[in-house]
Amino acid sequence: MSKKSFRQAVNEALRDEMRRDSRVILMGEDIAGGMGAAGEQDAWGGPLGVTKGLMPEFGRERVLDTPISESAFIGAAVGAAATGLRPVADLMFIDFMGVCFDQILNQAAKLRYMFGGKATVPVVIRTMFGAGFRAASQHSQGLYPLFAHVPGLKVVVPSSPYEAKGLMTQAIRDDDPVIFCEHKAMYDDQEDVPDEPYAIPFGEANVTREGDDVTIVAIGRMVKFANEVADKLGKQGISCTVIDPRTISPLDRNTIIDSVEETGRLVVVDEASPRCGMAADIAALVAQDAFKALKAPVRMVTPPHTPVPFSAALEDIYIPGVPRIEAAVRAVAGQA
Amino acid sequence: MELNREQLLAAYHQMRTIREFEERVHREFSSGSIPGFVHLYAGEEACAVGVCMNLSAKDYIASTHRGHGHCIAKGCDVKAMMKEIFGRKGGLCGGKGGSMHIADMSKGMMGANGIVGGGPPLICGAALTAKTLKTGGVAVAFVGDGGFNQGTTLESMNLAAVWKLPAIFVLEDNGYAESTASSWSISGEPVKRAAGFGIPGEQVNGHDFFAVYEAARKAISRTREGGGPSFLHFKVSRYFGHFEGDATTYRGAGEVDKVRAERDCLTLFRKRVEGAGLLKADQLDTIDKEVAALIDAAVAEAKAAPEPSAEDLLTDVYASY
Repeated sequence: MSKKSFRQAVNEALRDEMRRDSRVILMGEDIAGGMGAAGEQDAWGGPLGVTKGLMPEFGRERVLDTPISESAFIGAAVGAAATGLRPVADLMFIDFMGVCFDQILNQAAKLRYMFGGKATVPVVIRTMFGAGFRAASQHSQGLYPLFAHVPGLKVVVPSSPYEAKGLMTQAIRDDDPVIFCEHKAMYDDQEDVPDEPYAIPFGEANVTREGDDVTIVAIGRMVKFANEVADKLGKQGISCTVIDPRTISPLDRNTIIDSVEETGRLVVVDEASPRCGMAADIAALVAQDAFKALKAPVRMVTPPHTPVPFSAALEDIYIPGVPRIEAAVRAVAGQA
Repeated sequence: MELNREQLLAAYHQMRTIREFEERVHREFSSGSIPGFVHLYAGEEACAVGVCMNLSAKDYIASTHRGHGHCIAKGCDVKAMMKEIFGRKGGLCGGKGGSMHIADMSKGMMGANGIVGGGPPLICGAALTAKTLKTGGVAVAFVGDGGFNQGTTLESMNLAAVWKLPAIFVLEDNGYAESTASSWSISGEPVKRAAGFGIPGEQVNGHDFFAVYEAARKAISRTREGGGPSFLHFKVSRYFGHFEGDATTYRGAGEVDKVRAERDCLTLFRKRVEGAGLLKADQLDTIDKEVAALIDAAVAEAKAAPEPSAEDLLTDVYASY
């Protein structure tokens, strides 16, 4: 056990699984860097350094830099997965799904079903998402609900370094296509992370705070903010349960419903857009299956339905933060 | 390279099987027995068979909308294929794929594809697996003249060249992408387009089995031996519409009849082997009868097969969930 950043945690999971299984390969744009160039090899290790050091250990045969051709290499990862490898492809920013979505939506997700169960596609697509980097509208979105909408895909949104390592290990060992969404503003977050490999099962939520008055379901980076609110309001007489679903597909329905049955109040916090997103999905689930337990209307805390703005002044308002979560919790608790 | 008698008989058997299969699917569709969207391969048999005779079980192919011929040429079970196209239990994909997604990974057939240009990226992956695991295998992407203008195909040709993959790109240019002529939609010469990626290629008469076989043999050997990706451009014709139900009013008067009369791949094959004394007409007639009986049986079994059950709707989405 030692302090590790989110970046190191993901790197370790990739490294450990590559050591364990020679079928695990990585591919993506600049995941080593310097391919074909005269200068430093492994110059980048991905744009934010997450895969740094893996090419020197495993070689260019297993850490493949690609041309900027997302359709070709994401599709190649899918085809390689269907024929015997276990590729981890790096779709640099989640916004770039737009240029290769067919290979994810129509090929990766559906091969198994269309072929009557006679295909297995153990591919992981790593991708960065999230606002807070002043990276503007095409490098900042939280588009993971679009993947969760597609049957055949599994979607992981880790909330901390510990979670990231265990969930990445599971993603690589999993036999289905997994979209692994890493919040770019979390790479330098640190916490104690075991040195040895471990896998966190999919579809099992993590309850990070336990309380009787309000259930907060938060996704990805929002878990940290929700915990902060729970700790603060706990001292003021509002005790909160915080649930981190870890995977939004599969979604741990039971942990959410059971908690709302106890508290009768729900706040859902998500960084994705409000329409047809995870917050709306979870709110609908609770309205359908735990309506009688509800003592107050469900509240969704999300960004407004806008693209992510560039200006720091605007982006800071865009991101759901502690004050808005706190206000929502107070509102459902009747202490607004 | 000379083909021996067994190989020639096998080639004719496969081409005849594809023709009979497609002609029969055409009739069954017209009578309302087959649901959905169906795209037939009749007329192009020499392409699939000439290429796939150079492949083995460890090699993969990815197909197009027009996938029945590639399935048969790669060794898929014809009766299970017919059941699949009828949407029945016991179909090659359990009735869940249908004509547009027909596949059998155990035969190295990675599927017909409902997305034009969907296959080439997958083939880069299959070729990467062969290269990484050193299986000695190759992977072949069949694309139509429509798919040849998709970015996925062009990106894949570049990626295959950059990664030096054992991949072969086969353009089946049947003259029409849906209703649009390839003479209009493809700018420049396809072989030169491939050359632009550093991929050697050849244009071949796709009606001539022997020309296809020989060009494919050279290209696949070159790629299999580590020479990097290869390209083939087959000029060919389809006998039916883009989809079943297409009135094909965009085609010239008498165009298909002329091809059937003058350039039919089965007729050309018979002329060649009979003329050279390699095979006798009665040997080929026997194959015609065997194949007709096989397809009759396949249709009868497909019609008699049960529909999938309601539980089948929910299976095969995930390995675990």
